[in-house]
Amino acid sequence: MSLVFTLASRNLFQDRLRFIASLMGIVFSVVLVMVQMGLYFGFGRMLTTMIDHASTDLWIVSSGAKYFEDLSLVDTGLRDRLLAIDGVAEVIPVVAGFSAWSLPDGAMIPVFVVGSDSTAGGLSPWNVVEGSVQSLTVSGTVAIDRSYYDRLGVSGVGATTLLRGMPVKVGAITDGIRSFATTPYVFSDLSGARAYIGLPASFTSHFLVRLKPEADIDRVRRNILSSISAIQAFTPDQFREQSRSFWLFGTGAGAALVAGALLALIVGTIIVAQTLYSSTKDHIYEFATLRAMGASNGYIYKVIICQALLSAIIGFAFAALIGSAVVHFTAKSALQVVITPNLMIELFVLTVVMCIASALASIVRVVRVDPAIVLTR
Amino acid sequence: MNGPVIQAANVSKTFGSGPALVRALKDVNLTLNGGELTVLMGPSGSGKTTLLSILGCMLAPTGGTVQVCGTSTIGARPEELADIRRQHIGFVFQAYHLFSTLTVAENVLLALDVRGERGPKAMAKVEEVLASVGLAAKMASFPRQLSGGEQQRVAIARAIVAEPSAILADEPTAALDAANGRATMAILSTIAKERGRGVLVVTHDPRLFGFADRIVHIEDGALTREELTDSRSI
Repeated sequence: MSLVFTLASRNLFQDRLRFIASLMGIVFSVVLVMVQMGLYFGFGRMLTTMIDHASTDLWIVSSGAKYFEDLSLVDTGLRDRLLAIDGVAEVIPVVAGFSAWSLPDGAMIPVFVVGSDSTAGGLSPWNVVEGSVQSLTVSGTVAIDRSYYDRLGVSGVGATTLLRGMPVKVGAITDGIRSFATTPYVFSDLSGARAYIGLPASFTSHFLVRLKPEADIDRVRRNILSSISAIQAFTPDQFREQSRSFWLFGTGAGAALVAGALLALIVGTIIVAQTLYSSTKDHIYEFATLRAMGASNGYIYKVIICQALLSAIIGFAFAALIGSAVVHFTAKSALQVVITPNLMIELFVLTVVMCIASALASIVRVVRVDPAIVLTR
Repeated sequence: MNGPVIQAANVSKTFGSGPALVRALKDVNLTLNGGELTVLMGPSGSGKTTLLSILGCMLAPTGGTVQVCGTSTIGARPEELADIRRQHIGFVFQAYHLFSTLTVAENVLLALDVRGERGPKAMAKVEEVLASVGLAAKMASFPRQLSGGEQQRVAIARAIVAEPSAILADEPTAALDAANGRATMAILSTIAKERGRGVLVVTHDPRLFGFADRIVHIEDGALTREELTDSRSI
């Protein structure tokens, strides 16, 4: 094994205080990037939670709708026209909109009602932890998420209240269906939802279109758009992308998160660069000696890059632990920090790139060192 | 190896320009032969270190030519000069310049590592060369645990382990007491005689003349005198 690793690691660990300062810089930077990106993904996931959990091949929404909760309406009569298009097997209407939930003390709070025919399996509540989805087929029965118990003033299945003045009973409890807008979701059957929202039967919020097995999704989508005006037809991926694009970039929320992550990255790079540079300066006579001994530039680069990589690996390990703790503690919060395995891998690569970029100043310093200085000291 | 190892012909070196121009070396001609210990003697500021830097391929001359084992260094790029140093030259410095975080064995091994020599064979060479300078028992020690004389012997071991043709030593005894200075010179003399290396020792300590085969005097950037010792004739 080459002595590069030995020399790099011992130089790095020789000044423990400086090494700890460097690690703190890396950990601070990576955790900040991790949290910012985790929030970005958490927000993105929360934005599209309804799209993610609907069983459909195509979403049909009004031409103005940018995301699921965007309350643009389509004519219910379009259902027959959609069914008439070649390749379409089923068209399931979904109704969504705001309503007023009465609290035990008589006050009312806004809720977001989502209604569809649960027997058709279009957009039913998921992660049901108490009661059953089938209970929603009974008129006046709703499902809520247990994270909203306090907000809604209920404590489980069987609770009753008024929704837009109409009596409802909680028939199912879900876990983890949270709204990014903090307005609680309330699931019901289709006709109940129309009543709670106050939407006439002639309008629908969305249609879920399921295709026949042999149908070509792109061709069907083109046919729908060419035969019906004033609507949009999205695949789930397209609708997700449209929703995320609107909220994350149209509103600037995502840009702020990404900008925060970038700033963290820059701060981290500077801290690591300073530490590596300082360590390189402290060992400048050793590097000059290496050059005098005839070590190639590549050999010397390896020593410095090895130091950077060691810093990256150790710093990332600590950051990953802290990031995992953050994920754990925000799991039940209104805005989860979501760190996927892919994000973790990407962040590790980013950490390595950051540390190697930080080594550039040191490399430039060492390349410029005159080996003859070892003769004058 | 008893032929010329390093040949400097009409070497000159200037620093600065205009009124600040300094002529550090003036038409220096010097040949370092294998199997010979040459002492380069001169007062401070006479150009000893500049000449050593040029002979050691760390500094380019302003004029003249330098050949190391038959390879001209004129016009060579820094990486090519590093390659020549790696292949042909070992250095011993006044301040030792050992790596404080590496053990004695690792310090010596480093000279082989930069040449791509690793593994048990490299380690065997390290053990052999450390034994030859009397430091077999100190292999696992760190430089801070050694005396000045021992540190200089480690530096010598590092300089010779890769068996370079030339050993250039810059004031190797300046930081040592008389006994350690003599011991260091004895080792360098042995390297020249028994291993056939060309050894150049820069010093201004006349007590070291007894170890020299040849003594070259330098003053104001020019070689002024060359003396033979008992075993040589010019």
